[in-house]
Amino acid sequence: MDSFWSVFGGAFGLVFALDPDLMEIIGLSMRVTLTAVFFACLIGLPLGAAVGAFRFPGHTLLAVSLNALMGLPPVVVGLLVYLLLSAAGPLGPLKLLYTPTAMIVAQMVLVTPIVAALTRQLVEDLNREYSEQYASMGVGPIDRLTSLLWDARYSLLTVALAGFGRAVAEVGAVIIVGGNINHVTRVMTTTIALETSKGNLQLALALGVILLLIAFFVNACVMTLRASAARAAYA
Amino acid sequence: MIRRTFLALTGAAICFAVACQSAIADDKFIIVQSTTSTQNSGLFDDLLPKFKDRTGIEVRVVAVGTGQAIRNAANGDGDVLFVHSKPSEEKFVSDGFGVSRADVMYNDFIIVGPTSDPARVAGSSDVVEALQKIAEAKAPFASRGDDSGTHKAELRMWKAAGVDAAASSGDWYRETGSGMGATLNTGTGMGAYIMTDRATWIAFGNKADHTIVVEGDPKMFNQYGVILVNSKEHPHVKSDLGQTFIDWLLSKDGQDAIASYKVDGQQLFFPNANDGSS
Repeated sequence: MDSFWSVFGGAFGLVFALDPDLMEIIGLSMRVTLTAVFFACLIGLPLGAAVGAFRFPGHTLLAVSLNALMGLPPVVVGLLVYLLLSAAGPLGPLKLLYTPTAMIVAQMVLVTPIVAALTRQLVEDLNREYSEQYASMGVGPIDRLTSLLWDARYSLLTVALAGFGRAVAEVGAVIIVGGNINHVTRVMTTTIALETSKGNLQLALALGVILLLIAFFVNACVMTLRASAARAAYA
Repeated sequence: MIRRTFLALTGAAICFAVACQSAIADDKFIIVQSTTSTQNSGLFDDLLPKFKDRTGIEVRVVAVGTGQAIRNAANGDGDVLFVHSKPSEEKFVSDGFGVSRADVMYNDFIIVGPTSDPARVAGSSDVVEALQKIAEAKAPFASRGDDSGTHKAELRMWKAAGVDAAASSGDWYRETGSGMGATLNTGTGMGAYIMTDRATWIAFGNKADHTIVVEGDPKMFNQYGVILVNSKEHPHVKSDLGQTFIDWLLSKDGQDAIASYKVDGQQLFFPNANDGSS
């Protein structure tokens, strides 16, 4: 390694060159990850809130399972989704293997437990505060869930960001189900893996710096949104 | 306000999903299960645009180890198999997964090692003797250990050398269980000898202080073959498009394209479709 620091110069050089291939890869990364996080929230928020707010048989088992699934190894998820979507698998006729959709599915599977488990914790704590009020006001279960989620909304943004962080940094699952096909399913992390395997360590690291900057940018946007929304709400 | 934002977000997500679908709606493409050496060396980046210019067919390459490529193709997750382990390829065809196999090109395997050369094998062209010396010196040797074409070839060399390298696994014989590039990164990091194909080595960017120590042994011949996945086994295989790709690879035009691909002025693959040696 000639110079550790020259990598950062290289990263900025790559960004400002606006290389169309790189832009395509960044675009696909964002498309896949944001879509996956969106659908993971769509499932994970209500699921986590339900587990947090209600008691039912198997409740503890479900809560523990959600927590355990946060540690799902991406490669295992990749293999599971591969076996499902493979032509020889049950969902083979959908022809989704080696498409961005397959990558979205894999990242959804990874991120949904994170969103659900963190939401469960938040909602459970809130519910402890409010449950007597809900009971005295005779609030139905659906209203109870939506009001709990609504109350936790700013904290839930951080939950979504945790999911985003996991999805955007993940390579093991998307490289199996996406195949890292140039111009089709090549994203930031699979490009980094490819360049590393070519021995282009500086380029790989520069791409990593760019990925970090993107994550920083997304987080900054969400935090700004959150701050201005909170100001509007409490003004 | 919030509800409207939510609706907008939902709409955006659906647009994303639709965009994903439309990207795959164009059906004039084939999936080729291939090996990392063909991709890492840059050959496909050079070859495939030429093929697309002539035929309009897009080739989507999934580059994994030969073992995994063969398993993926046997599952029907590909139209064409383009790998380098002739015995496994012939088994793939005889098992009914492939239509027929054709030679495309070759290069050779080499052994690279640190310039300090602890086993004193530099300059050798006898792979059997070199491996015996490495085993005797207990010099570190990084193996793919991943059932790839290169790994299978390496195991054949150890067998020819009469050395049970696996018995020393974890000692001087180190199985990385990963791709060629990862194994080269690991091996150069630990000062180990590594068997690799020449194309990957020439195009590799992290050579550290490693150089080629053993080359030129006829045993180290590395043949690449191409196979159309059998539509009798997997009816969705795009036989026509796949066959067009194979025909082009074997044609004079395709063979010339392979021969003309160079890195640093060195030819990486040598076409031999028409040698009639298969």
